[in-house]
Amino acid sequence: MQPAELSATDLVTAVRQGDLSAVQCTEAFLARIEALDGAVNAFLKVDRDGALAKAAEIDARRKAGKSIGALAGLPVAVKDVLCTADLPTTCASKMLEHFRPPYDADTVRRLREADAVIVGKTNMDEFAMGGSNENSAFGPVKNPWDLTRAPGGSSGGSAACVAADMAPVAIGSDTGGSIRQPAGLCGITGLKPTYGRVSRRGLIAFASSLDQIGPMARSAADCALVMETIAGHDPGDSTSLAADVPRYTELLEQPLTGIRIGRVAEHYAEGLDPEVAKGVDEAFAVFKAAGATVVDVELPHAKYGVPTYYLIAPCEASSNLARYDGIHYGHRSSSKAGGFDSPLVEMYCRSRAEGFGPEVKRRIMLGTYALSAGYYDAYYAKALKVRRLIRQDYLDAFKQVDLIAGPVSATPAFKLGEKTGDPLAMYLVDLYTVATNLAGVGGISFPCGFTKSGLPVGFQLQGPALAEPLLLRATDRFQRLTDWHTRRPKKIV
Amino acid sequence: MSSAASESLAPYTTIIGLEVHVQLQTRTKLFCGCSTTFGSPPNTQVCPTCLGLPGSLPVMNREAFALAMKAALALNCKIAPFTKWDRKNYFYPDLPKGYQISQFDLPFSSDGFLEVVDPKGAFSRRVGIIRVHLEEDAGKSMHDEAAGTADTRIDLNRAGTPLCEIVSQPDLRTPQEARAWLNELKLLLVYLGVSDCNMQEGSLRVDANVNLHIPQPDGRIAKTPIVEIKNMNSFRSVERALTYEAARQWEEWQVTKAELGTTPKQTRGWDDPAGITRAQRHKEESSDYRYFPEPDLVPVTVSDARLAEVRAGMGEPPTELRKTLADKWKISAYDADVLVNQGRDLVAYFEDVATKVADGKVASNWLQQDVLRTLNERGETIDAFPIRPDALADLIGRVQKGDFDTSRGREIFAEVLSSGRAVADVVASLGIAAVGDDELVALCQALIAENPKIVADVKGGKEQAAAGLIGQAKKKNPNVNPGKVRAMCLDLIRAMS
Repeated sequence: MQPAELSATDLVTAVRQGDLSAVQCTEAFLARIEALDGAVNAFLKVDRDGALAKAAEIDARRKAGKSIGALAGLPVAVKDVLCTADLPTTCASKMLEHFRPPYDADTVRRLREADAVIVGKTNMDEFAMGGSNENSAFGPVKNPWDLTRAPGGSSGGSAACVAADMAPVAIGSDTGGSIRQPAGLCGITGLKPTYGRVSRRGLIAFASSLDQIGPMARSAADCALVMETIAGHDPGDSTSLAADVPRYTELLEQPLTGIRIGRVAEHYAEGLDPEVAKGVDEAFAVFKAAGATVVDVELPHAKYGVPTYYLIAPCEASSNLARYDGIHYGHRSSSKAGGFDSPLVEMYCRSRAEGFGPEVKRRIMLGTYALSAGYYDAYYAKALKVRRLIRQDYLDAFKQVDLIAGPVSATPAFKLGEKTGDPLAMYLVDLYTVATNLAGVGGISFPCGFTKSGLPVGFQLQGPALAEPLLLRATDRFQRLTDWHTRRPKKIV
Repeated sequence: MSSAASESLAPYTTIIGLEVHVQLQTRTKLFCGCSTTFGSPPNTQVCPTCLGLPGSLPVMNREAFALAMKAALALNCKIAPFTKWDRKNYFYPDLPKGYQISQFDLPFSSDGFLEVVDPKGAFSRRVGIIRVHLEEDAGKSMHDEAAGTADTRIDLNRAGTPLCEIVSQPDLRTPQEARAWLNELKLLLVYLGVSDCNMQEGSLRVDANVNLHIPQPDGRIAKTPIVEIKNMNSFRSVERALTYEAARQWEEWQVTKAELGTTPKQTRGWDDPAGITRAQRHKEESSDYRYFPEPDLVPVTVSDARLAEVRAGMGEPPTELRKTLADKWKISAYDADVLVNQGRDLVAYFEDVATKVADGKVASNWLQQDVLRTLNERGETIDAFPIRPDALADLIGRVQKGDFDTSRGREIFAEVLSSGRAVADVVASLGIAAVGDDELVALCQALIAENPKIVADVKGGKEQAAAGLIGQAKKKNPNVNPGKVRAMCLDLIRAMS
């Protein structure tokens, strides 16, 4: 087998045992990137020199008999929303095109300390706002299964680079489905951990109460491996959870006997693609065969998830993105044409008008409006109340079941350009994923079949707070019984 | 409650509320580990968090919260068992995140009061505290208009410094009261170690809200529009600005008869050199800060145990300390007030001296007449005062024993101060030695022999004539104790008859 086809777990073992050098491993993936990324556009920055230098350093250390980290030699692609001190961090925005942070995100720091090799920064929807990756200021990512289709978003670059074997593992972020939905559309496995499980420090904020970093890989086992490194308490993030980090990889073995999986009737609403419905039903059958029981549960407020999300997330975003004002860093307009109250107001307005793309502006305006005097109670405050009801739905459901399951998105990957003219249609791609973030719990998505035209169909499991071991174990069990996750796009270019 | 005479004579009552911002005396900022030291080169005390860089997150400084709780407890406020942080959104170049982390609808404390009592009895006022909340400071904008560049430079050293905002009820009735109340507030906060309250360094800032209540012939009370006064750089400025503003509103009222609610709230800036307030630009509508709960921070809960812990570490506030000092050392309320108003270090100094000389009144006199006067002249604080309590007690002890009198003691005090030598050395070098009994008897006998007229007067019943002998005794020997000379001379004269 070529190194680029090995699982992350096998790569780490091979490097540790000396069967494969970190440099060989890194070169194999860099070669894939070189060959394919011109067509896929998954990377905004490939750090060839930095990656090879790090790999060589790991090899030298190993040869000298010194200790190497848990992920030694493992190439990792990082979504360009996480700060990296040695690489630009753009959020796929003109606003931060030339921004270089002075510090590493906590996740990046942990990856480096575990001797992972950061190969580059992946493309995304601008400031993680979008579900198709078409909102990137640097061109959309193409779905490796069909280059005319979207990879999903906002972590589209991370999903696509794993699907195309350009990296065995990528880091994504999920505010309303941004890990799970592109993972589903690209046929890979993506975990959105419980809110607070992975530190947000150095994750450029979109909606602070919803954002969460997670791994994207070719299997649950590989996600488990990465989670052992990136999860954990960070005193620098007040919302980070203090709970101990389990050995996720060691908790995969237990069978699923007795596990109750909830099937949500609301997930089968109008608009669910029949091929997706079929794949999802077949997945339930696999779980039953594995010893789980499937019961119907209700999430009565789930239908309010999207409107609730599209109030809370833009409200927080309108505040989080206020700092991009052209004063201290980021894009500053050079125009001094006048026509504003003052030169300062002109600088603000023009810098933001030039620096942000249309979707980011739309959400800033939505959020600013919803937080304004006279509207706050009707919109933001009401959304917070509904959020509590949704969270309560989940708490109630998890009294009856261990996991909640269903489709990750209503359709397989859609055509690029298909929804760009209709923001509301685009917002509905998050239909099945936003409630997880509103409830603050964890979710995982993975392939459960393919359409006749060869597009992956995604399945989603959601669990109670800190149920990552069960989410990973159930997915791993599914992946032992099926081979959907091992399928690769045949010919990308 | 007594009130200032002017209040009852004026045709209106002045209604004053104050809004005070104090920087908390923490080593580090409210949400990051950067130093809060004043006066460092611009932008040297900054990190990703206080620069508002993308991806940075705040972490609450527990010390700041504890200090703020101390202040609120000392202001008799209720401490909320649950409090949260909110974002106040506005654009300004020295606000790097585009929002300030503050507290909106659930401040950590509310409903307190602080009393101010004029030691001379001119007024006594209990001023309600609406709320005390914690927030982060912004940076500083420096407008450099030299050479026509009109550049603005931003220093973010101050950005993120913890601030306590204290909002009073409109309970103050005269500019003098307002000033006295601010003095009392400052004293309290300095005593607690909550803030150094240094107005020059911006660690205490005051805005005032003022309007007039004017009784009408029909018995109705007309209220003038509330004006907020800003830019006051000292408590004296606050008093002057309020005095000016009350008079200005009275004159305006007589012309316009404009009442509260008919015009938007006006902000006026105090121009100290000109001694007037000036209207600042009218905001067309009140700012909409779009407050919402800060999602990057978790709410703070305060347990009873924690509250007890903070309370236990508070020490005695000035109001109680004044009573304690007056009772314990048998000094007047006025004296206790003067001592306490100088701060905790001076009180400690006083108590040390008073204990050593076993006389509060004498120690208080020396402190007020000699130590405080010297401190004022030299512009020093007590901790830097070269005569330490031991030395002063030594000096006072010698006066008490009658080695020399108080005025001679003052000379020694001055010499110890200027030379830095020990009291005993100075006494010896000035030839000041205790006058022995034999020496005293000899001196008095000589005086009697030389002053038959005085002796005759005393014998004739005019004892006060003996004062003439004392002046002569001091000339013969500056070390003699006048009381002893007088007693001895009287004894000798009586023995003659």
